[in-house]
Amino acid sequence: MVVVCWDSTPPRDNQHRERDVAAQSISSEPSGRPVQSRSETERDPGEPGRHAVVVRRPAGPPLIELAATDPQGRSGQVACSTCHSVRPPNLANRTSDSLDEFHQGLAFNHGTLTCYACHNPEQSDALRLADGSAVEYRDVMTLCSQCHAAQATAFRHGAHGGMNGHWDLSRGPQTKNNCIDCHDPHEPSYPKMIVGFKPRDRFLKDETKHDDHE
Amino acid sequence: MTTTNDPSPTGDGGRDRSLPVIANPSRRTAVKGAFATLGAAAFVAAVSPLRQAAQRTSAAEFMQSHYKRLTDQDKRLVIERLEAEAKENHGVEVEIADDRPIPGTKFVYAINLSVCNGNGKCVEACHKENNHDRSTGQSYIRVLEMPKGTMDMEQGNTTYSGVVPKDDKFYLPVQCQQCDEPPCVDVCPVKATWKEEDGIVVVDYNWCIGCRYCEAACPYHARRFNWKQAEIPAEEINPDQSYLSNRIRPVGVVEKCTYCLHRTRRGKLPACLEACPTGARVFGNILDPDSNIRWILENKRVYILKEELGTKPAFFYYFD
Repeated sequence: MVVVCWDSTPPRDNQHRERDVAAQSISSEPSGRPVQSRSETERDPGEPGRHAVVVRRPAGPPLIELAATDPQGRSGQVACSTCHSVRPPNLANRTSDSLDEFHQGLAFNHGTLTCYACHNPEQSDALRLADGSAVEYRDVMTLCSQCHAAQATAFRHGAHGGMNGHWDLSRGPQTKNNCIDCHDPHEPSYPKMIVGFKPRDRFLKDETKHDDHE
Repeated sequence: MTTTNDPSPTGDGGRDRSLPVIANPSRRTAVKGAFATLGAAAFVAAVSPLRQAAQRTSAAEFMQSHYKRLTDQDKRLVIERLEAEAKENHGVEVEIADDRPIPGTKFVYAINLSVCNGNGKCVEACHKENNHDRSTGQSYIRVLEMPKGTMDMEQGNTTYSGVVPKDDKFYLPVQCQQCDEPPCVDVCPVKATWKEEDGIVVVDYNWCIGCRYCEAACPYHARRFNWKQAEIPAEEINPDQSYLSNRIRPVGVVEKCTYCLHRTRRGKLPACLEACPTGARVFGNILDPDSNIRWILENKRVYILKEELGTKPAFFYYFD
């Protein structure tokens, strides 16, 4: 039984979340096969007898829900390229404040990056590596790892990002998050949380009733 | 003064006021009789819990031997009895396994204190996974809110609440450290607790006499005493149980974190780890040179709690 309990992750303004259902073996080729067909017992081809470490991945490029509906009452989704293929990119832009049509109010707090440091001006349905080459949204971790190499190394060794499933890969698979499961790429610092459950033990002086001492 | 010293006129009057049912009474006899009655009643009242306990405790339970002396046949009968008791007392079908250590494993835990933000999801997950009493909110994990710059547990506070993490604090989750030199095991007068081959310190809840020496001996305050019988709604009881782990414990015995051996000895990760939303927790087999835990021990700044006590914990804290 693999318990994936990421409902406990704090809510965040991240529209990619719903589409992040896809996952792929960490060792498989970047183009990616459809994940839904991969069962939990599928084995990593490189290591016989061992289950896969499955890293969650975005399903694909983000899609924007249209606020308006067509005459039939249907709402639609548009890809980034729907608009950006016909608009000239502003390579110097760093914030949504200077935009007057779309993406207003997008919180951005990720160093001094420009939009096109990560987004691809030539292929707007893909991302852009530092050398200018395109990288798919599904492979967003490749993009993040360019700057965050220490975290990427720790991630590869299970010391960053957490995991679910089995510690013993000979008995079952393991699922790991990708970067943007926990970090909003536009505002990557981990959000604050509210403490919920508290045990009522003897250190809790404010409790009126102590079941410890009946 | 004069009336009390005068013996003669009050003699007959005193005799008239004596108890009617005793033919030739003296005050001494009456008092003796009264106290004998009281004493008998008090004795009956005093032993009544024992009589009830005798009714509740089956002969099989009373005669049950130490876990290590049970044969496979004995264990099967014991587990059948415990499953039947769970059905009778809590109204649930539970499955109690007897998970044994996996050969070639030594379990080790590590927590990244640079990442832990004190949200307490691990505490809650432990509470639910291990069938803790709902009213006391018991859990094997305490998260200490610590002032930055010290690892002195005495300065920690478990009662923090609200938004975390606070800027001037760090958060230190403490649970059983599964010590290689466990003081809790040394002090047990009946050997009801011991360290198994994979490093997990376990308790035979049916052999524990509840003296709580181990609780006092533990420098990490990791042991808990069952002051009352755990009350858990039937639908919330985790039916996936193990004899030495999360089966519903009897009242009056000590319990502790078992690294979720009912999960980890089946290859799964502990419940507290899976619940952690920050990914601060890492679990694995230190004997596997390719394991995550080995990489952390070899490449990160690692700290153990109260190293000077020589308890040799199998629980590490590290920093990015």
